[in-house]
Amino acid sequence: MKRYIAPFADGGAFAVDREIAERLLAIALSKGGDYADLFFEYEVTGSYFYEDGILKSAGRGVSAGLGVRVRKGDATGYAYTEDLRFEAMRRAAEVARSIADGGQSLTVPLAPCELPSRYQADHSTIEIDGERKRDLLRRAAEKARLLDPRIVRVEASFSESYRAIRIATSDGRWLWDEQPLFRFGVRVIAEKNNVRRSGSSGGGGRMGLEYFNEKTPEWHAEEAVRQALVMLDAREAPAGEMEVVLGPGDSGILLHEAVGHGLEADFNRKKTSNYSGRIGEQVASPLCTVVDDATIPQARGSIDVDDEGMVPGRVVLIERGVLRGYMHDRHSSEFFKLPPTGNGRRESFRSHPMPRMTNTLLLPGEDSPEDIIRSVKRGIYARKFGGGQVDISNGDFVFSLTESYLIEDGKLTAPLRDVNLIGNGPDIMCKVTMLGNDFALSDGVWTCGKEGQSVPVGVGCPTVKIRAMTVGGTGR
Amino acid sequence: MTGKAYTPSFRPTQRPKEVSELFELADALVRLVRKLGADVAEAVLSEGRHLSAKVRLGEPELVEEASSRSIGVRAMIRDGGGGFRVAVSVSSDLTEAGISRLAEDVVELARLAEVDPFAGPPDQALFSSEEYHPELDLFDPSIDSIDAREAIGSAKAVEKVALGVDPRINNSEGAEFSRASGITVLVTSEGFRGWNCGTHASLWVAPVADDQGGKKQSASAWTSSRHRLGLRSTEEVGKEAAQRTLAKLGARKVNTTECPVIFEREAGGSLIGAFAGCVLGGAIWRKSSYLVDRLNTVVASPLVTIIDDPLILRGLGSRAFDGEGLLSRRNFIVEEGRLRTYLLDSYSARKLGMRSTGSASRSSSGGVSASTSNFILLPGSMTPEELIAQTERGFLVTEMMGFGFNPVTGDFSRGASGFWIEKGRKAFPVSEVTISGNLDQMLQSIDAIANDLDLQSSIAAPTFRIASMMVAGSGDFSRDIGE
Repeated sequence: MKRYIAPFADGGAFAVDREIAERLLAIALSKGGDYADLFFEYEVTGSYFYEDGILKSAGRGVSAGLGVRVRKGDATGYAYTEDLRFEAMRRAAEVARSIADGGQSLTVPLAPCELPSRYQADHSTIEIDGERKRDLLRRAAEKARLLDPRIVRVEASFSESYRAIRIATSDGRWLWDEQPLFRFGVRVIAEKNNVRRSGSSGGGGRMGLEYFNEKTPEWHAEEAVRQALVMLDAREAPAGEMEVVLGPGDSGILLHEAVGHGLEADFNRKKTSNYSGRIGEQVASPLCTVVDDATIPQARGSIDVDDEGMVPGRVVLIERGVLRGYMHDRHSSEFFKLPPTGNGRRESFRSHPMPRMTNTLLLPGEDSPEDIIRSVKRGIYARKFGGGQVDISNGDFVFSLTESYLIEDGKLTAPLRDVNLIGNGPDIMCKVTMLGNDFALSDGVWTCGKEGQSVPVGVGCPTVKIRAMTVGGTGR
Repeated sequence: MTGKAYTPSFRPTQRPKEVSELFELADALVRLVRKLGADVAEAVLSEGRHLSAKVRLGEPELVEEASSRSIGVRAMIRDGGGGFRVAVSVSSDLTEAGISRLAEDVVELARLAEVDPFAGPPDQALFSSEEYHPELDLFDPSIDSIDAREAIGSAKAVEKVALGVDPRINNSEGAEFSRASGITVLVTSEGFRGWNCGTHASLWVAPVADDQGGKKQSASAWTSSRHRLGLRSTEEVGKEAAQRTLAKLGARKVNTTECPVIFEREAGGSLIGAFAGCVLGGAIWRKSSYLVDRLNTVVASPLVTIIDDPLILRGLGSRAFDGEGLLSRRNFIVEEGRLRTYLLDSYSARKLGMRSTGSASRSSSGGVSASTSNFILLPGSMTPEELIAQTERGFLVTEMMGFGFNPVTGDFSRGASGFWIEKGRKAFPVSEVTISGNLDQMLQSIDAIANDLDLQSSIAAPTFRIASMMVAGSGDFSRDIGE
């Protein structure tokens, strides 16, 4: 028997059926709103943290509630409640409806919608015994500790969530989705002659523990240790503009910052993005085709349905360097009179949806990664990343490298200390001169923040060469 | 800390009525968790209300209003050989069934966790009691009465000011007013009971102007306070946002160079925040800080004194007692350049063989770790204008971007924008460059601190200057800046 059941699900303590939802939607629209939706969410989280050779702490979180949204023109009223008794839900609908101040508007009867199946709820780790998660952490920690005497600290963590959502919209959609997710990580510190360096490795996705059949805890331990040991010999990164080669996979963070955020349609509806009004224009090198793809099975950024009831697919953002489209939520798609792309996401029932990325990918080119590195006289090769940020209005973006190497005469030479790269989105995308045939998707670790809301995302790309980018080191 | 002395007074006897109800729920949870087999149970309950109104180009865009509650618990099971097994759990479900589920979960997880010889509740003798909790004036009862209409009005007003300053400002990211209030109670099976309540209001605006080459520029200004009357005026905030936005027009890269770097208040606060993360007990015993084994050594220039002070009246990070129930106290972290203490909760103190500094913070989920309260670089005596005027050539940083800081090594490398300084004056706006150095060396080479500290955030610094950093922009290092 399942231990965690959404209270609003059929058979739950506060089961919500179509009739109740229709009544609430009618209340939400009774002041003349144009559109309303109900977002019921139940989320159970788990966290397990292993260090000092023991499972040091374990945690559980349960959160459930209803968010009610009412739109009138460009204005949105939003309210939520954690109390799922009808009276409390009615009050939330009344608070949200006060954004409008007119008369009655109509709702249509709710009808269930077909959804794709990009992950399976019965693979959620949440119902699995804690002992098995503790064993995975112990395996990673033991492996890392024994690999090398210079490893002085080992931490391993497992965090998981099970999210069940029920959506009812005033245009008649009635949906249910269950979203499993977990993330595993190892972090180590190596020490030599009083110099300390860290290394880490992690992964996961919308799947069960079968993930570890392919990528074992020991594999992540070895990867974290490898990085920490390499970094013990790292030297100062250079400063100034130079050629930059980004390795496959996680360097998709480049697209996320340089292109992705600027193509979220809310910024373009408001004309505050430097990509506003540029559909059809060349905004990147002709080598570049960029898509946002929510359909990749079991990937961290994939979803069957967005948080306002639309089914996302694969949106082409840039095709051979030409800007083709934006990522939309319902509001922006109405504004641009375009079909919604299913990118309306929210952190929880406590937040309103907005256009967000899912898995953002730069499609592969034809160069071999070896040729790309060989073509560089003096530059930087980036392998692991700490995170990035972008200023939407002017397009300036940064991302930080936690494992990178100097390239000299076509060969990787010295490892470099942590360094930040900075560039301007369209400018850097136009400077992509070579693209590898080695596309990889990031393993599931990334979380994207926007206006205080966090959502899980994926990135992916092949080896990329950028003709010139500013490297923020301290060396000469 | 703008030179104003404070005198903690004592709390008025009147409690908000919700406090007793929250205490009852907390007591019930503590009893239940103990009954299920835990030796120590600590319950934290909070209740909050908030309203926010965002407008854009004069029209309401989003009005959000809600109240919420959460109940969190930490359970410990004693081991015969010393030490405890520890788990935490949190829920938004305050029904009887929800609380039972929470209690069962936390005890089951505590059994799964393994014995930690350093875990345990704090020494009971250190608990503070309610009558000694200072009144810090963190609650403004009028905040909750601000309704959507008034909130929309404030946001509209500040945006109107910003848009009216100059015709080059032709768009807006919007303006937002928000208010929040909350009550938290903490009850532990070892005998601590405490409550606190606080309010917060803020106003923010970000106008947009067109720049060359299809770029736009935008900068924001904001004000925040515990009290409604502590907010700066819409006039002042709107004008500041407009001026900051206009000043960015025409920003460009500079050539890669080494030069003095001045950090404006907000950017400086972010740098001091990176330092704060390196003095927390958890970072120290985990060897995840460059400040391991550095107590009583020089970590900054003699100009630098940094305090962590939870007792500032109306402070955004103020609290009467810490997350474990210990009385709050002011800690001198860095005194004239020397590191005097780390910030410790009782766990990290035991790990390091030291004593708690009363710096425990308890999250709503029940977990405890050392954390900052009001973490402040104390001001110097010159004005920021004088500091700039004394800089022959350098880079004034107003904004930073990205996460380029490694606490283990102190390596710092972040995106930055601001102004190029030539002969003591702002010469032109700069963007798309990085600044880099090692935080250890950077703090030791602070050679001037201004007097413009304000306490609009809980980690705060006045404008200050670092004698030399690498600024990477166009070209290689070999070419110096040349205009």
